[in-house]
Amino acid sequence: MRSQDHTRRLIARRLQALAGLVLVLLMGTVALAQMAPQLTQTVPQLSGNSSPMESREAAPLPKWNVDDVRKMRNYPDQPPVIPHSIEGYQLSVNTNRCLSCHKRELTEGSGAPMISVTHYMTREGQMLADVSPRRYFCTACHVPQAETRELVPNMFRDMSEMGVRPAGAEQ
Amino acid sequence: MIGKLRALILWAWRVLSTPASTLSLGFLTLGGFVGGVMFWGAFNTALELTNTEAFCTSCHEMRTNVYEELTRTVHFSNRSGVRATCPDCHVPHDWTDKIARKMQASKEVWGKIFGTINTREKFLNMRLELAQHEWARLKANDSLECRNCHSMAAMDLTRQTTRAADIHTRYLLSGKATCIDCHKGIAHELPNMEGIDPGWKVPAELQGKTAFHGWADGDRLAAYLESSRMAAAE
Repeated sequence: MRSQDHTRRLIARRLQALAGLVLVLLMGTVALAQMAPQLTQTVPQLSGNSSPMESREAAPLPKWNVDDVRKMRNYPDQPPVIPHSIEGYQLSVNTNRCLSCHKRELTEGSGAPMISVTHYMTREGQMLADVSPRRYFCTACHVPQAETRELVPNMFRDMSEMGVRPAGAEQ
Repeated sequence: MIGKLRALILWAWRVLSTPASTLSLGFLTLGGFVGGVMFWGAFNTALELTNTEAFCTSCHEMRTNVYEELTRTVHFSNRSGVRATCPDCHVPHDWTDKIARKMQASKEVWGKIFGTINTREKFLNMRLELAQHEWARLKANDSLECRNCHSMAAMDLTRQTTRAADIHTRYLLSGKATCIDCHKGIAHELPNMEGIDPGWKVPAELQGKTAFHGWADGDRLAAYLESSRMAAAE
């Protein structure tokens, strides 16, 4: 008898659990359905394998633009892009291949443009004699370019084409 | 003691200087020739055996440090499939120079026996000194080992990027610099380069006097400046 009681209690509990599960599922689906479009919009798959556990053929590596022609910046604060190959450049605590041409003291011999004065400032705007450690890793901001497909649709418009008037023009 | 030694030397001299009584002249000359060929062949084979990547990387000091770094560079794998192995850059190809380098390498055997760089840490601590030896060697022989493959005459500047062609014209073709002055750390990682200036650093006394402008129309500019100076003078 005891065992039957036990079974009955179990079944009753199971029914309760099932009802709860159905409720959760229903509400969860509704919530997910509301979140889903947002989710797919905020985390687009830009690169890599969409199903990470399966092996797939790698896309061919892009060819870097190496024409040495300085590219216009799209807005004044843009870190200029690198118009030459940086293949095999060592950028470590020991040495910085970029700075061996672009550092102020070395530009005369190399003919390379000097890194901007902001690289010689601390976070607080204090000037330093040498490159600030926070600006040491060039490729954090400056990157070479390749002719590739855009990862996301880009509707960028230069601000000079958007009717911006020069400072002081309103007077 | 000294008497005995003297007797021994005298005996050896007598054996060497007495004409052979049982061996024929033909046997001696031909045998000498064949023996010489065999000795020379064995010597060269052994020498070439020590001149291979497999031999160099049989020591863990070379395999886990410099060889591993080499495998990530263009001298190890590239689009045309030409590979430079250790001796291509580190051992001269001419025989006398090669023997001289091999004799210097006895120091490396010493280092191996006494474990001078048998850990990564020891190697990194010594890397600057070791690198400086190689830089000095390549500077002294005008980057001979680079030029064994990269000949200046065969270098088509028009196939290089403008930047590379400019710099090669200014420094390499003019003889102001040799390959290693600028191309350090192309096959291995660099030591701490603080205070080691690249080959194009302009010395303090020349600063401001060497700037390269590369004006395509420098003549026209000079003529214009000259005419404006004349106009101002009138």
